[in-house]
Amino acid sequence: MKKLVQDDIRTGVFICDCGSNIAGYLEMKELVEFAKTLPNVVFVQENLYTCSEGGINEIKLAIPRENLNRVVVASCTPRTHEPLFMSACEEGGLNPYLFEMANIRDQCSWVHMREREAGTQRAKVQIAMAVAKAAKLRELNRIQLSLSHRALVIGGGVAGMSAALALANMGYEVDLVEKRDRLGGILNELNMILPSNEPPDKLVNNLAARLHDNPKVTIHTGAVVTKTEGYVGNYVATIRQNENENKIKCGAVIVAIGAQPLKPEGLYNYDGKKVITHIELESKLKQGDVQAKNISIIQCVGSRSKERTYCSRICCMTAVKNAILFKEASPDTKITIFYRDMQMYGVENEQLFRKSKRLGVRYVTYDPDRPPRFDGESVSVHHLRMGRDIIVPTDLLVLSTPLVAQDDASEISTMLKVPINENGFFLEGHVKLKPLDFATDGVYLCGNARFPSTIREAISQGLGVASRAAGVLSKEALFTSGIVADINPETCCGCLGCVAVCPYGAINFIENRGICQVNKVLCKGCGGCAATCPSGSARLDGFSNQQIYAQIEQAMAV
Amino acid sequence: MLDVGRHPKINVLAYSEVVDFNGEIGNFNVKVRQKPRYIDASRCTACGACAEKCPTKVPNEFNFGFDDRKAIYKDYAQGIPSVFTIDPDHCKVILGGKCGVCQKVCQAKAVDYEQKESFVDLNVASVIVATGYELFDATQIPEYGYGKIPNVISSLEMERLLSAGGPTRGHLSRPTVIRGEKRLKELPKLIKKAEKDQKEDQKQLLEQEMKLTEEQVHKYHTAKKLAFIQCVGSRDFRFHKYCSNYCCMHSIKEAIIAREHERETESCIFYMDLRTVGKGFEEYKVRGAEVSGLKYIRGRVAEILQDEEMNPVVYYEDTEKRQVVGMTFDMVILANACSPSKGIRNISELLGVELDENQFVKTSPNNPLDTNVPGIFSCGCAQGPLDIPESVAQASSAAARAAEVVMTEGLPIAV
Repeated sequence: MKKLVQDDIRTGVFICDCGSNIAGYLEMKELVEFAKTLPNVVFVQENLYTCSEGGINEIKLAIPRENLNRVVVASCTPRTHEPLFMSACEEGGLNPYLFEMANIRDQCSWVHMREREAGTQRAKVQIAMAVAKAAKLRELNRIQLSLSHRALVIGGGVAGMSAALALANMGYEVDLVEKRDRLGGILNELNMILPSNEPPDKLVNNLAARLHDNPKVTIHTGAVVTKTEGYVGNYVATIRQNENENKIKCGAVIVAIGAQPLKPEGLYNYDGKKVITHIELESKLKQGDVQAKNISIIQCVGSRSKERTYCSRICCMTAVKNAILFKEASPDTKITIFYRDMQMYGVENEQLFRKSKRLGVRYVTYDPDRPPRFDGESVSVHHLRMGRDIIVPTDLLVLSTPLVAQDDASEISTMLKVPINENGFFLEGHVKLKPLDFATDGVYLCGNARFPSTIREAISQGLGVASRAAGVLSKEALFTSGIVADINPETCCGCLGCVAVCPYGAINFIENRGICQVNKVLCKGCGGCAATCPSGSARLDGFSNQQIYAQIEQAMAV
Repeated sequence: MLDVGRHPKINVLAYSEVVDFNGEIGNFNVKVRQKPRYIDASRCTACGACAEKCPTKVPNEFNFGFDDRKAIYKDYAQGIPSVFTIDPDHCKVILGGKCGVCQKVCQAKAVDYEQKESFVDLNVASVIVATGYELFDATQIPEYGYGKIPNVISSLEMERLLSAGGPTRGHLSRPTVIRGEKRLKELPKLIKKAEKDQKEDQKQLLEQEMKLTEEQVHKYHTAKKLAFIQCVGSRDFRFHKYCSNYCCMHSIKEAIIAREHERETESCIFYMDLRTVGKGFEEYKVRGAEVSGLKYIRGRVAEILQDEEMNPVVYYEDTEKRQVVGMTFDMVILANACSPSKGIRNISELLGVELDENQFVKTSPNNPLDTNVPGIFSCGCAQGPLDIPESVAQASSAAARAAEVVMTEGLPIAV
């Protein structure tokens, strides 16, 4: 790249009226005249709308005509319009990173609507700052990378199976890795599923058969992923199966490792026989091994507590489902559910809840400060609605314990450099808007690994995650942004400060050299590392110290 | 929304509806009617000069009539596509009168009073129905007084009042105060006119109204004592038997935000079961009580009446204390149920898609995105009440199902 000396810099400034949004509140003529006086500025143009086709064309034509090598647009917000102006520069033959924007609408004319003179002064400073920074800008390039169009799904439960099948149906090769010897996950332990009213084996077998028949899918059962290296588009994963290790290349990784029921050791004299968990009840029912006539079910055992703060989402409906199945099989079985809030959200659950009441299931609310007690013969509790203690004879006590994170969740989180929350569930990129993505590109999450889910939700999330991953896999090539961080290996002292602040897992510590290195594919250009680095070794291209200082100088010059 | 608007592969047809539909998976023909905006969308830059100068004020339905918009308008600043629209029911020119101000001030020359509806024909491999829901109309429950007692509002009205971009800029004014402030601007003129016309009785009445309104506006400047009523129209055998899924959380959220705006706010949430099943929801509920002082009262509200100062009085049975109680509030916020949208019947007939007994799009637990018509999928509240994370996840899922069709059925793929 030809190094530009200060004298070579020829900046064009385009000042937008934004109809009356800017021109209505600021003295545009004054801004134009002022911009002409700034160093390196050789061309200034006022547009009614710089973003209109006409305005964009003027930028494209002015670059070669005026021999511009920097462009500044003073207009609205870069949030909506920066990409547009950058591509206009590119089409005009200028590196798009030699462009700078001054937001004189949101940050100036809108907030200083009633202060015409002061607002105009302020806009001048903003333009001067942008022009000063523009002079210091350097050409940046987006790097193009090839990628693998294969996906790796870790976990062969219903979520992982749904994800693998959807990806294969879209035409991508998939490796599905399940640590147990067969697919199905926690569904293998269940007895019946409602409201579809079928044994879970039917669903599992159906999905498994379709996966087996699909030539795009490679199923690895009794296998674990022991190592992953690389980044979005270019992962190499090591799969260990019966002492054999093999490496596969993949472009995206899906975490679908599920969750496990909590064993309530020490609670309610839990013994796995007379006092069992609801998952153990499912297994017993499957074997036809339940004779009890007086069944009590206690909700929120080990959840919604100080120790485990969350509601496990699925236990209320599991309890209601089993109560219905009992009542339908033998109507004279007495079933009492001790609960705090019945979490039967939505349409289908509420319907089951009503049905259970119709069948005569008894519901008793308890106060978490005065939980039920079990003496081996009966459950006694303070009935919150009746305001007195009641005793319920019980020959089988079922404890609705929450789903908790898998034992290997934290290992997998470390391996893939993606976060888990305080309960060990994987932490999505944004709880509302990116429920199936991690902040790191190329890694996705679904099912119970994210948070307890119903079967319907797990299937839906499995499909959803397939479409998130396909967003990467369908690309012919990946491009990095030009605005990425870089760490000077000469001065980096390997303190790991940057690694700790990077939200995208984009910085690696190179152990044998004792330094940190930015993965430019994963870097999102947030600048956290550059701000943190105590030795000034990390810098963000497009926001270098020099460039920022140039802006600050202009701001202070007034 | 911005990403959708800017995506090179997404063609947004807003202000439009499907009018004809036929074909089968891999090959659906869809006719879309685009209603006239009376604006050339390719020219409009959404600068807003037109709306600023338009002389015709119309109650703003986006803010539930708490403020006015103009006859040329945009629901809110960030809306996509970023284009203004002329309301043909109120624009003087379109109604045959004289005006034309917007056309005069529009420097982009985008205003076109002659614009006609247009039709777009599409051929697609797959269709996703994501028509959402409607708020349950609480006037159907007369004992809650919605529509009669002004300070009983819906959950969405509350959202607008709390919004920084809303009619009160986020200040929690109750409806009698908002209307009172508006009325106080008119009253002095009316009193003067009555004086001029020598209508003494009328003048006295107006002066009395002025005094009462001033008191109301002054005393209740900020609504500080709030009641949130859950399950309004849901879990109710007269209306929707189902649970609307998200309302417990939005009431807690609104109560917490109200408290953040005004430290003295006290909120009570009246509920049957507080359903906090999502990730972090239970923790949020507990924080609501511990940090924001919310009171959760288990009990269904029987009736809401009004005292002489326009304060709603809530009568309920406290099921934990086993007594009937009446409590006075500054404002009551109803957690309206998630009702199926009215237009869904029409869409379902056009597309041949089956609805369930609640009039949501029918899906099955093992195929949660599939409708009865191969190639047509549905997601979000069109198939039943869902919260935001589940809706977003489902949207991706529906996209995956559609992609399977597009990438296998439509285009043969190499094996």
